[in-house]
Amino acid sequence: MALLEVENLQTHFRTPEGINRAVDGVSFHVNEGETLAIVGESGCGKSVTSMSLMRLIAEPPGKIAGSIRFQGKDLLQLSEREMRAIRGNDISMIFQEPMTSLNPVLTVGRQIGETLRMHQGLDKQAAEARAIEMLTLVGIPEPVRRVREYPHQLSGGMRQRVMIAMALACNPKLLIADEPTTALDVTIQAQILQLMLDLKRRVGAAIVLITHDLGVVAEIAERVMVMYAGRKVEEAPVAELFRSPRHPYTQGLLGAVPKLGSSLTGAARRLAEIPGQVPSLKGRIEGCVFAGRCTLATDLCRQVAPGLEEKGPRHIAACHYARKEAAAA
Amino acid sequence: MSSPLLQVNDLKKHFPVRGGVFSRKSNWVYAVDGVSFEVERGETLSLVGESGCGKSTVGRAILRLFDITGGQVVLDGQRIDDLSPGGLRSMRRRVQVVFQDPFSSLNPRMRVRDILAEPIRNFGLAKSAAELEAKVAALIDTVRLPRDALGRRPHEFSGGQRQRIGIARALAAEPELIVCDEAVSALDVSVKAQIVNLLQDLQREFGLALLFISHDLAIVEHMTHRVAVMYLGKIVEMAGRQQIFTAPRHPYTKALLSAVPVPEPGAIRNPIILKGDVPSPINPPSGCRFHTRCPFVFDRCRTEEPELRSIEGGRWVACHLEALPGQN
Repeated sequence: MALLEVENLQTHFRTPEGINRAVDGVSFHVNEGETLAIVGESGCGKSVTSMSLMRLIAEPPGKIAGSIRFQGKDLLQLSEREMRAIRGNDISMIFQEPMTSLNPVLTVGRQIGETLRMHQGLDKQAAEARAIEMLTLVGIPEPVRRVREYPHQLSGGMRQRVMIAMALACNPKLLIADEPTTALDVTIQAQILQLMLDLKRRVGAAIVLITHDLGVVAEIAERVMVMYAGRKVEEAPVAELFRSPRHPYTQGLLGAVPKLGSSLTGAARRLAEIPGQVPSLKGRIEGCVFAGRCTLATDLCRQVAPGLEEKGPRHIAACHYARKEAAAA
Repeated sequence: MSSPLLQVNDLKKHFPVRGGVFSRKSNWVYAVDGVSFEVERGETLSLVGESGCGKSTVGRAILRLFDITGGQVVLDGQRIDDLSPGGLRSMRRRVQVVFQDPFSSLNPRMRVRDILAEPIRNFGLAKSAAELEAKVAALIDTVRLPRDALGRRPHEFSGGQRQRIGIARALAAEPELIVCDEAVSALDVSVKAQIVNLLQDLQREFGLALLFISHDLAIVEHMTHRVAVMYLGKIVEMAGRQQIFTAPRHPYTKALLSAVPVPEPGAIRNPIILKGDVPSPINPPSGCRFHTRCPFVFDRCRTEEPELRSIEGGRWVACHLEALPGQN
């Protein structure tokens, strides 16, 4: 059985202009110890998906429907109290903005210790000792001094390390990382990615990584799910997805990213463009969500939404025209 | 030989840090501390580096958005850093800017038509109302937006479309140089590609020079001619696109390039993971500013600052390693 099974997740928001279908019928699973990346551009619903997993969506104006089974339990059926026992303990989260997601008036030691005291009943001294241990684990120099410091005394990279230390303090089974390196410089990003890979090997937590950076995906994900306009359009193991993307949106996305080393190939080629922009999510979209920007779209696409179909081994895509792997291949 | 379009000589910009009682000046941020480079007509020079390296400050100093602390900025043979406000006007026509955030850099109360007409009117580039209208229409075609966009206001457009309006506004003044300060960084992947292609087309069409300030190295490699790598207010390496990206010489450039994740699963990479963080520009390290994080540091680096020296055709490096035998 998978660690996390999400079925037909629908997160809608009531707005003055109508219902915004931020996530519209998304299903996926995460196995124990696995890293699943959710990729897409702004507004595709990837962050709302991650917030829904933690039930961090304010209701109202939001509304979550479907089922989110974690170790067999449906998180959407739990009381707020039961949910609180899971957050930060079995499932924890790293946010994009290490500046705004730490409490500025508490020391980092206290913030790391809080989860330990709450979930594992450690006393103050034991919690601080464990906090120092965690800071050491995430590679913060002089942890004994740093544990007594406040977030503003740390740099961006160190704050993100503190976030990771906090998220891992209770040995969670699932770690949700929402754009964990987007706000960081590349040399610091390299440090944090290295750290996440390292810790995953040691702690063995499953990771759901939310990102728009295909380079980061290639670096640490095992399986990738591509979202567009609130729906899942493709899912495959990472090597397979980069080698033979089936959905025209995924193909466009991969073609639009310049790769380092382009100066070796000589003449500058044009980047592939995806014409137009993401459709509004207010009001139901008939047919395929990508039809308005797809060069291959036909009347069929504009009228009938394609279902997710198997296009290759463990490779599914939602497109009427995506090529299937030949049975012999 | 004609002079380059833009010459920057030993540019310095120090910002005061105020603190304590009565906001006394207590310290200085050495944001840019002696930077020199040139931009030729029709060329793209990229300034790359991490946050706080001073790349945006260089861009703003060239635009004269503030007075500089030291050095010279020369546009087409004429010094512009000491011009009077009146004298600046003609320079401002020749150097335009596209900012990072398309949401805050357009006036929400103005229609697109007026946003584009303003620079044309200000600089007296149209002789009649009909010519003005024709120019505005041509601009909106140039950036590939529909004509009906002219009657709308900025909030009705997406990020990518707003960036197109920002580019059209910069073009309205018929400039020779456009400073692109992280002009595509805030955009989504698919839209970013559209804007990068547009900038390249416009450069070819109008012979524009671009000063492209960015931290996105893959985009820079895709579209630049030359690159200057900055670290803590200094240029550490400057060279042609291929020289920088295929055979970087400065240890910082090497680390920066190796740190970029490649969108290719299973690609064999040996990233040079730098230790620690960028030191504060308030109190930069002695000697070479990179010595606290450099994997190849030796004694001389801690005390003596390396000069930016030309080592081979068009390549400049500031590193003591270059002076050691056996480096070539």
